Formats: sequence, structure tokens, C-alpha cells
Amino acid sequence: MVGTRPRKTPSAEASHGIPAETLRTIYLKMVQTRRFEETAARLFAEGKVHGTAHFCIGEEATGIGVCTALEPGDRMTATHRGHGQSIGKGMRLDLMMAEFLGKETGYCHGRGGCMHIADFSVGSLGANGIVGGGMPLAVGAALSQRLQKSPDITVCFFGDGATSTGSFHESVNLASVWKLPVLFVCVNNLYAMSTPLRRQANIPDLAQRGAAYGIRSVSMDGNDAVAIYLAAREAREYVRQNGPMLLVLNTYRHMGHSKSDANVYRTKQEIEEWKKRCPIKRLRERLVAEGTFTEAELDAVEAQAARDVADAVRFAEESPAPKIEEATRDVYA
Amino acid sequence: MREITYADAIREALSEEMRADPTVFLLGEDIGIYGGAFGVTRGMVQEFGEERVRDTPLSEHVITGAAAGAALTGMRPVVEIMFSDFLTIAMEQLANQAAKSRYQFGGQASVPMVLRTAGGSGTGAAEQHSQSLEAWVCHVPGLKVVIPSTPADAKGLLKSAIRDPNPVVFIEQKLLYRQKGPVAEPGKDTEIPLGVADVKREGRDLTVITYGRMVPRCLDAAGKLAQEGIDAEVIDLRTLVPLDKRCIIESARKTGRVMVVHEACQTAGYGAEIAAVIADSEAFFHLDAPIRRVAGLDVPIPYNPQLEAAVVPTLDKIMDAARDLVR
Repeated sequence: MVGTRPRKTPSAEASHGIPAETLRTIYLKMVQTRRFEETAARLFAEGKVHGTAHFCIGEEATGIGVCTALEPGDRMTATHRGHGQSIGKGMRLDLMMAEFLGKETGYCHGRGGCMHIADFSVGSLGANGIVGGGMPLAVGAALSQRLQKSPDITVCFFGDGATSTGSFHESVNLASVWKLPVLFVCVNNLYAMSTPLRRQANIPDLAQRGAAYGIRSVSMDGNDAVAIYLAAREAREYVRQNGPMLLVLNTYRHMGHSKSDANVYRTKQEIEEWKKRCPIKRLRERLVAEGTFTEAELDAVEAQAARDVADAVRFAEESPAPKIEEATRDVYA
Repeated sequence: MREITYADAIREALSEEMRADPTVFLLGEDIGIYGGAFGVTRGMVQEFGEERVRDTPLSEHVITGAAAGAALTGMRPVVEIMFSDFLTIAMEQLANQAAKSRYQFGGQASVPMVLRTAGGSGTGAAEQHSQSLEAWVCHVPGLKVVIPSTPADAKGLLKSAIRDPNPVVFIEQKLLYRQKGPVAEPGKDTEIPLGVADVKREGRDLTVITYGRMVPRCLDAAGKLAQEGIDAEVIDLRTLVPLDKRCIIESARKTGRVMVVHEACQTAGYGAEIAAVIADSEAFFHLDAPIRRVAGLDVPIPYNPQLEAAVVPTLDKIMDAARDLVR
């Protein structure tokens, strides 16, 4: 076949030591996330979706890289920009898309929408519409793990804006005092809505905040999926044994804050610069360069991702809406 | 029957539930060795240890949210918010997270937590430590709200609240902590269901609907009014959400004259909800007078003791309103 290189034997791994199957999963999920977000944006533009959405295009390495490093019993709280985090944790595209379209078959039976998407069966305690709102919940989930003598941890995603909230302060402080197994992951995309980092914080690196709580902090490239996966594996082990740590992933979102954002607060040049550092493109180049997969194999993965998202859309569009008379179901248990 | 204090009764409920169910644990400020600001948890850390009676940093926001997070993941936490005024700080996690998690996640989860707090004026603690904010939490779908007025009710309702799969706000009354009352021996099943009001005094001439610290005051008023030939029925709501509508509507039908008494300030207080429920029911056609509210003045609680006493319903105000109603 033209354009393919001979593949190394399956047992030959690159210096990072990550099994090929794991890398394939990471790549697949990153592309699924990208296609999911692009499709959701298209559905919005077509007027088929209610409300707004916060797309994580450009940040895929963060949610997928971290969550792939977790064990099944680990728990997670996600952000409002958390579709990548959700897909990474094992949530199904079809039930996510159905929730997006407000259908009865969605994860939350159409009650939550994309900002409140959750799947307790895989340990996802929900995306949160309040910035920093999920952080106390994550601390509580980790407290449960401690009281239940569980070997698992809780991952808490939040953004740069959240580090200004009292919720961040109280949550990291409590976790540090009680040495709870929380991996605090800051997805720093340099903007909280339109507010750039320099107007959000008086320090150059958000990882400095960890020192205030006496916890380990790491700041790294948020677009390097392999490096994030490895860092998250190590972080998980650390947190299991020692208590909380802060992992700052420096990245960028390609699209605006929400669907109604015209990006007037950042330059086209800046956006284009960051698009060149696209995490999917970088992972693909690396996988091919290391001989783990051929271009054709990765094309096949991308084709599968496209099919998965298309199937999810079809499922969602064919699903029924919730019944009006059931609008007050499940307010109380 | 033995008599114990309201605080003792609450401690008994907490302790019995913790002995029976290892998923129940406490968190709050100064609840450990200090025994709680009002002495409710005295001795408990000695019995249950620091893992299950957890002193927290000064952080109402995260301790409320951590209780919700623990409740979402298999535990039954009871979080103490020292003064109900600090519900203002806890409110984001209580109203946006705990109250809504079950609904917004489509029924995937439940939040079996209890938030205990101390409300009400009369201790000279003034504006920021004396409020009655039950109306705020009654207005959040997903929460249940309980306000006991006796030791037996406090014990029985708290046991039910802890066993309830929903987030329950359990508002204790500062001035009732040292009041004694009859409580069945431990070992007897003392659980009282939520959502059931208690007719503390039956009567024919008027219905007095009340809760919390105003219950003993209304009973005192009823006793004195009886000597004037006015026979008042006093209903202690006990649970505000869910409200025992049947009980109050039946009583309104029977007497035709209704007054609501609460310490919280009048405007947009829970008394307005009670009045509206009765007005919009079959009882309306049996009313012989408009529904009256005797409530706190619309003012922050002042420091001076005479002012403090005067801005909440006094015995005289309650009795005057009752006489007025039956005239």
C-alpha cells in the first residue's frame, strides 16, 4: 500500500512504555471528543439544540489523558466544559448526545443537559454548572473513599477561573488538612470566559497555589497526551498514598467560551498559534514517528470515531422527548 | 417517663443512629473535643473517634459540599452549621448542589445528608447570629425542612431525617436547647415521620399554627386564653417541607379562625405559605375571619435585650391577636 510504513512488532513500545492498546484508546477518545464537540456545534447552528454549550476543542489531551490513567473505581467531578472528561471516564456517546438533545434516553433523562451530564455507574459524579461547584463534592467523595477504606481516588477537574473562587480555597485546604485522596486537575486554558489569566491571578504559574496548602504541585504541557497520561499514572499513585496534589495542565480552547462567544477578547493570531499545537495532531505525529501505528491505522481509528458520533446522533435524534407529566419526577428520593 | 433536654435528645438521636449505621458520621466546627457550640455533641468524639466525629476548618461552603459529596457516594453525613445565619455561606452547595443532584442527574443519585443548625434569637447574639431563615430553605425544591420544638420531637425527627434519602435541613432552636421534656427510654422506637404535624393542644375556637420556639409560647398563651373562655387549638408543624396540609386544612375547617405564629420576620416568611395553602383550600369557605400572621418585625435582630424581645412575637401580641380573631 502506498504511504504506509512497516509497523513494528506489537510488543515493541516506545520509550514511554505505554501499551499500544492504551495509546489507541487515548487517540480514539480524543478524536471522538473532537467529533462530538464539532457535531454538537453543528446541531446548535442548525437550531436543534436548546441552551448553550461549552466546547473543549483543543483541550482533549487533558480529560482523556488523565481519565485513561484512572482505575474503574476512581471517581470524578467534571467541569461545564467536561465532555472530554466524561468520554475519558467511560461515558457513552449515545447517552451523552441524547442528553444534549434533551431526550428521555439521555443520561439525565433530559433534565440536566450538557452542563450537568453524569454517569454514576462509571464514577462520574457530574459536570457542574457552577465554577468550582464540583470541588467540595469531590472532596466529599474522597472522604467517602477514606471512610470506606477504598484504594481508589477522586479526580477533580476545574479551570483557571475556578482557582479564584472561595470554593477552590476551601476544598484544597480541607483536602490537604485531612489528607484526602483527591487529584486536583486544573485545566488552565488561559481564559475564564473573556478574562485572561493575568487578570485572574497575580502569579505566573497556577501550580504555585499548591504551595499555599503544602501539597505537591506539577505544571505541564496540557496538549501532550502521552506526557499527561504518564503524569496522571504517577499522580494517582502518589495521591493514593499521600493525599491531595495539584496537577496544572496548560492548554487552550479553540472555540469561544460558549456558543455565543465571538472571541473579541483574544486575537486570531493567538488562536492560530495554539491550533498548530493541537493535541490530536501532536499525538498522531508521535504515534507514527514512534512506529506504534501507521497513518492508515490511525485513519481507521478516526473513521471509527466519526461512525461512533454519527451513531450517537442518530440514536439521539430518534429518541423520544421526556413526558411533560413526569416533569417533577425525582425531585425527592 | 424520664425528662431530658432538647440538646440531650439530639445527642441521643445522633449517637443511636451512629451506633446502628456505620455510614453515619458527623462533621462540623468544634463538634469534637469542644462538644459543639451548644454542647450537643459533648462526649461523642470520645465514643466514636475522630474519623466519625470530624472537626473541620472554618469552611461552611466546603463542609456542606463535602457532606453532599459523601452522601452521593454511600455515606450518611450529618453536617453541623453552627449558627443558621451561616446558611448564607453554605447556600451554594446546599441549594445548587445537594438539593438538585438527584433531579438534574435524572434520578441516578440521592443525597442522604442532614444539615443541622441552630436558629433563633434571644441570646443577645444580635443581627448576624440570631436569624430565622427557614423560608430560604423551604423555597428550594429538593430540600426537606424540619424544626422541632420539644426534646421528644427533636429526637424522633432527627432519627427520621438521618434515615431519609434526601437532604434535610434540621433547624434547632437555641433557646430550647436547655429545655427539658419527656422522652421515651432508649431502645424504644422513637422515630417520628417527617411531614406530619402535631396537634399539641386541641381546641374549638381558633387554630394557631406554629413551629419552633413559638410553640411553647403559643401553648402558654392558649393556657391563659382558656381562662378567658377562648379555646385555642395549637398545631406544631414540626416539618415545614413537606408540609402536613391535611392537618392544617382540617383544623381551619373546624374552627374557622386561623392565625400563624413564627419568630421569623413577617414579609415573605413561611407563614405566608401556610396562609396561602389554607386560603386556597376547601377550608376557605369555612373561614369566619381573615387568616392572621403574628410574626417577627421586618428588622434585623437588635442587641439590646428589650428590643430583642420586642421584635419577635411576644405573649401579649399572640394573645391579643387571638382575642381579635375570635371577636
